[in-house]
Amino acid sequence: MRFPLRTPIALCVLLFFVLSASISYASEWRLNMTEGVTAVSQEVFSLHMLIFWICCGIGVVVFGVMFVSMFLHRKSRGAVAANFHESTALEFVWTIIPLLILVGMAYPATTTLMKIYDTEDAEVDVLITGYQWKWKYDFPEQGVSFFSNMSTPKEQILGGAEKGEHYLLEVDEPLLIPVDKKVRFLVTAADVIHSWWVPDLAVKRDAIPGYINQAWTKVQEPGVFRGQCAELCGKDHGFMPIEVHAVSQDEFDQWIAAKQARAQEIAEAAKQTLSFDELYTQGEAIYANQCATCHQPNGEGVAGVFPAIAGSPIALGALDEHLSRVVKGLGAMPAFGEQLTPVELAAVVTFQRNAFGNNMGDIVQPIDIVNYKQGQ
Amino acid sequence: MAHGPAKGLSRWLFTTNHKDIGTMYLWFSFLMFFLGGLFALVIRAELFQPGLQIVEPAFFNQMTTLHGLIMVFGAVMPAFVGLANWMLPMMIGAPDMALPRMNNWSFWILPFAFAALVSTLFMEGGAPDFGWTFYAPLSTTYAPPSVTLFIFSVHIMGASSIMGAINIIATILNMRAPGMTLMKMPLFVWTWLITAYLLIAVMPVLAGVVTMMLMDIHFGTSFFDAAGGGDPVLFQHIFWFFGHPEVYIMILPAFGIVSAIIPTFARKPLFGYSSMVYATASIAFLSFIVWAHHMFTVGMPLAGELIFMYATMLIAVPTGVKVFNWVTTMWRGAMTFETPMLFSIAFVILFTIGGFSGLMLAIAPADFQYHDTYFVVAHFHYVLVPGAIFSITAAVYYWLPKWCGRMYDEAMGRVHFWIAFIGLNVTFFPMHFSGLAGMPRRIPDYNPLWADWNMISSVGAFLFGAAQVLFLYIVIRTIIGGKKASDEVWEASHGLEWTVASPAPYHTFSTPPEVK
Repeated sequence: MRFPLRTPIALCVLLFFVLSASISYASEWRLNMTEGVTAVSQEVFSLHMLIFWICCGIGVVVFGVMFVSMFLHRKSRGAVAANFHESTALEFVWTIIPLLILVGMAYPATTTLMKIYDTEDAEVDVLITGYQWKWKYDFPEQGVSFFSNMSTPKEQILGGAEKGEHYLLEVDEPLLIPVDKKVRFLVTAADVIHSWWVPDLAVKRDAIPGYINQAWTKVQEPGVFRGQCAELCGKDHGFMPIEVHAVSQDEFDQWIAAKQARAQEIAEAAKQTLSFDELYTQGEAIYANQCATCHQPNGEGVAGVFPAIAGSPIALGALDEHLSRVVKGLGAMPAFGEQLTPVELAAVVTFQRNAFGNNMGDIVQPIDIVNYKQGQ
Repeated sequence: MAHGPAKGLSRWLFTTNHKDIGTMYLWFSFLMFFLGGLFALVIRAELFQPGLQIVEPAFFNQMTTLHGLIMVFGAVMPAFVGLANWMLPMMIGAPDMALPRMNNWSFWILPFAFAALVSTLFMEGGAPDFGWTFYAPLSTTYAPPSVTLFIFSVHIMGASSIMGAINIIATILNMRAPGMTLMKMPLFVWTWLITAYLLIAVMPVLAGVVTMMLMDIHFGTSFFDAAGGGDPVLFQHIFWFFGHPEVYIMILPAFGIVSAIIPTFARKPLFGYSSMVYATASIAFLSFIVWAHHMFTVGMPLAGELIFMYATMLIAVPTGVKVFNWVTTMWRGAMTFETPMLFSIAFVILFTIGGFSGLMLAIAPADFQYHDTYFVVAHFHYVLVPGAIFSITAAVYYWLPKWCGRMYDEAMGRVHFWIAFIGLNVTFFPMHFSGLAGMPRRIPDYNPLWADWNMISSVGAFLFGAAQVLFLYIVIRTIIGGKKASDEVWEASHGLEWTVASPAPYHTFSTPPEVK
């Protein structure tokens, strides 16, 4: 039986060319890389398109010869096999030509890479720290520091509610940067390796514990740019988005001022004394937000990986041990000392010592946290 | 001299016969292929649409990890070793492998390694969940307890591979029939010889890196823990010093298979035999000096990035030579398109597409956008599925009649090819798009922006899975009821393996043949 070959082959060739051609309409169809919003991102995009078209060109020639050969030189058409099997000249030619193409390609790639690596003369510095599973942004010069968590509600993820436009790509506290300024990103991590990636800026830098990697950007126009963690970092790797807002210098300054005022308030709040009920209620909410992904909403944990809070020897033991575990972390347990305010830490520890059947009856006040941290 | 195999189970347990051991390797790899495929289908089912529907994120990570590990170490590598066991002695006119008892041992430790690995699914804390690349400290400080068993099973797999490689080198260098000079060896023999050296060079590196992990986890060292003065990036350098040659280990024997099949069905000798040998050797050499192209975003200095970018781009040259040689072998041949030829032609086309995306990934500035996205997933599946898997499939169709003396059903083989070919492209081609559009890899849920491409990929994956069930059926039906095959099997078959009877007798070349 002669299986009808020509039709499927033709279909596949057609499919390949339609698919390759459709890449050039990319921006509308979300098929292609974004051109981005910076000079560097546009250069990266041109490099990508250049190497893509080179590959297409080579593909047309090589596959073209193959298809012609498959069509003409088939036994069913009465083709008789030739017997040539060597040609030093040919081998030489098809070694040299690709080599020349590669040299031609290496030149623009090198110049772009040098630009990407030029992090000198930055006007604004942002320290970015990856945590499981959130980002922390610091402006060391302005004394501003905050965490940025995904804000997509659980119901949307589990299918109980309709998914929004920015599903999984939205955060509670975006990072603001001023337009037209060279912003340098200093990227590191507190636990495992993460990778800070915003496609529109063409910035992807691994966040590695013990390293401070550098990258930079200069955005021309105001806008909102979204990205995600790009390096597998554990359970919620898919749920730690990045949201960068490029804004005018004025708006940026106001935002910084507001953040500074907020930091002042937190320091003030740490001096107050709260009632058990206030602490417990606030602690419950923080537990749900920060602890429940691992230790579970019912405090039972996950056998073998995440210890239970209910009946835990830490929550039922000496307060210092408990504070140490929460503030400084241990192994897979993150250090929450910098992630939560003293009020929040006091509230969540009070909650853990008195919830899920743990009846310690202690009250931890914000000032206890401040004192504990100072004592370290 | 002519005695047959032992009876019953002891034939398989105690065998030192290269054909029996080859058969066991191949069936084992087939089993692992289905298991790894099953895990892939769990992944694709979860990614069918946005939102979490089927599995938890933690389990999703276990699936991606086990899928990768099982496909690499359980499906592809044992399949190539199985083919080597069956074919190398017959191709060079040797009676068996050089070290038959070690051969038995190197197979029989494998089922234990994989039983240990798969059993981690039922452990407290679940299976390894840190990806097949197991980057520290996610795989050390933050790993589930099952990581220890994972390390143990990697050690066993490595020992098996090293023993297999030693055996292959000893066989090829010592047991060739008179007249079978090195430059007369079939390319499958050549590519396996070079692959075996790669294995011996890098498997100990893998063993070293997992041992350092073990020390970090249980004995208080800090090789990869920054808090103790260690370096998480060091892990990646060591891993990829193993890992990059490893991906070539999974493709070089495929080059050998295709170089055997295309000339047979083009009825024309392989074009540029010696340049094929040199190209293979060049690729193997280059594979040792390009590892950090997997790490362009870790923050290496500019000079480091440039060196690894240039070296990586260079690989395109010898790889191109190979493709051009295959195409020229087809040129002015008299081609027929039996199933092995179909898979081989698809190999050349699709592997070349995977090579193109590889060249794109080599461009470091562009890699900042591609790295860790579905574009990379598309790239390495294009080189591994039509590369390794299609070549193994082609090899099975090509040599199965020699192994069992029976011919497979050509029409069914072609149906298998077309379903697999279409399924593969429907699965993996859209991943180029979702990756370029910004979808990171290894995530269980995603923005609806990428929903269309993911849905198409998932449909394709199930189609590809169905094609493999058909493959299993075809193989079994051939073995138990196929038509008798002739000794030559193929009209233009060439090489010593076709000079023995079909099915190949239990012992072949007890007296060495004379090669002119």
